[in-house]
Amino acid sequence: MLQLSGITKSYGGRRVLDDVTFDVRPGRLTGFVGGNGAGKTTTMRIVLGVLAKDAGTVALDGAEVTASDRRRFGYMPEERGLYPKMKVLEHIVYLARLHGFAKTDAETRATALLEKLGLGERLGDNVETLSLGNQQRAQIAAALVHDPAVLILDEPFSGLDPLAVDVVAGVLQERAAAGASVLFSSHQLDVVERLCDDLVIIAGGAIRAAGARDSLRAQYSSRRFELVSAGDAGWLRAEPGVEVLDFDGGYAVFDVDSDETAQRVLRRAVAQGDVASFAPQHPTLAQIFKEVIQ
Amino acid sequence: MSTLTSTRTTADTLTFAQSTWLVAEREVGSKMRSKAFLISTAILFLGALALVIWGGFQAQSTNGTPVAVTADAAQYVQDTPGLEVTAVADRAEAEALVEAGDVDAAVVGDQSSPTGFTIVAESSAPTMLIMGLAQLPPVELLDPNPTNDALRFLVAIGFGIVFMMGAMLFGATIAQSVVEEKQTRVVELLISAIPVRALLAGKVIGNTILAMGQILVLAGIAVVGLVVTGQTEVLRLLGLPIAWFAIFFLFGFILLAALFAAGAAMVSRQEDIGSTTTPLTFIIMAPYFLVVFFNDNPVVLTIMSYVPFSAPVGMPMRLFLGEAQWWEPLLSLAILAATCVLAILVGAKIYENSLLRMGARVKLREALAG
Repeated sequence: MLQLSGITKSYGGRRVLDDVTFDVRPGRLTGFVGGNGAGKTTTMRIVLGVLAKDAGTVALDGAEVTASDRRRFGYMPEERGLYPKMKVLEHIVYLARLHGFAKTDAETRATALLEKLGLGERLGDNVETLSLGNQQRAQIAAALVHDPAVLILDEPFSGLDPLAVDVVAGVLQERAAAGASVLFSSHQLDVVERLCDDLVIIAGGAIRAAGARDSLRAQYSSRRFELVSAGDAGWLRAEPGVEVLDFDGGYAVFDVDSDETAQRVLRRAVAQGDVASFAPQHPTLAQIFKEVIQ
Repeated sequence: MSTLTSTRTTADTLTFAQSTWLVAEREVGSKMRSKAFLISTAILFLGALALVIWGGFQAQSTNGTPVAVTADAAQYVQDTPGLEVTAVADRAEAEALVEAGDVDAAVVGDQSSPTGFTIVAESSAPTMLIMGLAQLPPVELLDPNPTNDALRFLVAIGFGIVFMMGAMLFGATIAQSVVEEKQTRVVELLISAIPVRALLAGKVIGNTILAMGQILVLAGIAVVGLVVTGQTEVLRLLGLPIAWFAIFFLFGFILLAALFAAGAAMVSRQEDIGSTTTPLTFIIMAPYFLVVFFNDNPVVLTIMSYVPFSAPVGMPMRLFLGEAQWWEPLLSLAILAATCVLAILVGAKIYENSLLRMGARVKLREALAG
């Protein structure tokens, strides 16, 4: 498990990270969300050791991360970058070798990975001749080729079409399933919501929320329910402690003031007619995000 | 894809040297595949070959400088090589031949001259004749093996231009390569895999290999060219200075490469490279101009031969002229090597501090801090 605790970083008196603490658990995808300039990239760079921190620790399985641990980290920087004039396969092989793989081994891995990412036809082409989406795939290959135990991906989905998002998401899930700790940031909250198991929300350099996606949802859900019933749900408006937000015949979305009220409403709904569904409405990630960063 | 534990067994942690070598290998490989580089190198080699062969023709053509000599002056030129002597009766006849252009100059007896003769020429006296006559007994005693002026100039230009071009070409290469990595941000991937200093060392070593390779080929062309064109006498004079030049170039280039890498790391875009590397460009050009203008000035050459940035040109030049004692190149090399170590330390510091600072040019004070 990758653990960040008390990470602090200032640039010339301006504090950009303040006591950043969260875990990235193995076998899970952790989504890292925050607005522009919230500190995501700085945090990731510090984890990678590319940037020095002012205070705090980055630990892997309880021990402070060393340079040799970091060889087992995979990184996809926010600003994409590969040598434009290097051939795709050659480039990925080079990076694998920098991570310690022997030449032939590196070639086997790089070829297999690039084929899996749909770049099998482009192995001998210069990176600069690839389309933006394909460069992105090559960049992901660069982060994955050495089978990292920890994956840090800064905006891995930006610039990808929906199909490519699925390909990349599939690869990340596979890595997580193999036991890697995966941290990725994204502005596409719907993608994060769909993919991640854990969630970390950062704003203004401070962590505002961190934990399992579902428990965060439960934590931030207001008592909002959705009712789908056969009868007319108009009686809801008169119920004490209920505020109706949306209403259409037997369909209603409403907030209640307590769990008891919710149970009372359910009993009455069943008494009024067949109930197709009565369920608490979880807030979307976008809603949680807005609430948390305020 | 297999599980983490089983696949990791195949990857070992690289040593610093291995990381460095991988980087160096890539630097060399990518340069060797650049058509622009291959073509410019080929042109450089052909140019060097042409220079050597041209030098050969020059040497041969000097064997027959036509001069008219009167009987009373014949004694002064009889031992002078490279002259095609036409015997004339008197000064009037000699002057007539000079005016007609049949001879380049005339050597005539003259009682009023301290040397006992006078040279008569059309507008300027032929260099080869003056040089030949300079080997008169009193001169020969002082300097029995004088260096030919034209050759001295040619050698000065040769060392100067080879150093300037080699250092400029590969200095610019290393600067571009550093900025390319910064600009494309691939540097973040690289330094998350290997130490920053290994990256810098690899770049310096890779480009030094390329630059030295070029110098050694040029030296080879010079030696073979001189042998083939029969200029073995010149080779005897030039052999040792060329060998020293190669050694000095090695250290001189490492010195410059470290500084170029550091300078380039301070900017984020190719367009801005000039703002930090221009001073280095001047440092590279200075030895060339100094050696061309002052190759006959022992004081300037002596200073040049000890200043680390110009020693690769100055010291071989002095060795060629026979002005340097045996220990002087060793002392100068020690100074150069010490400067080199210093430059690497300072360069690595600047490089490390600037590499991830994108955007505006990093100030030197900030780059050196921390």
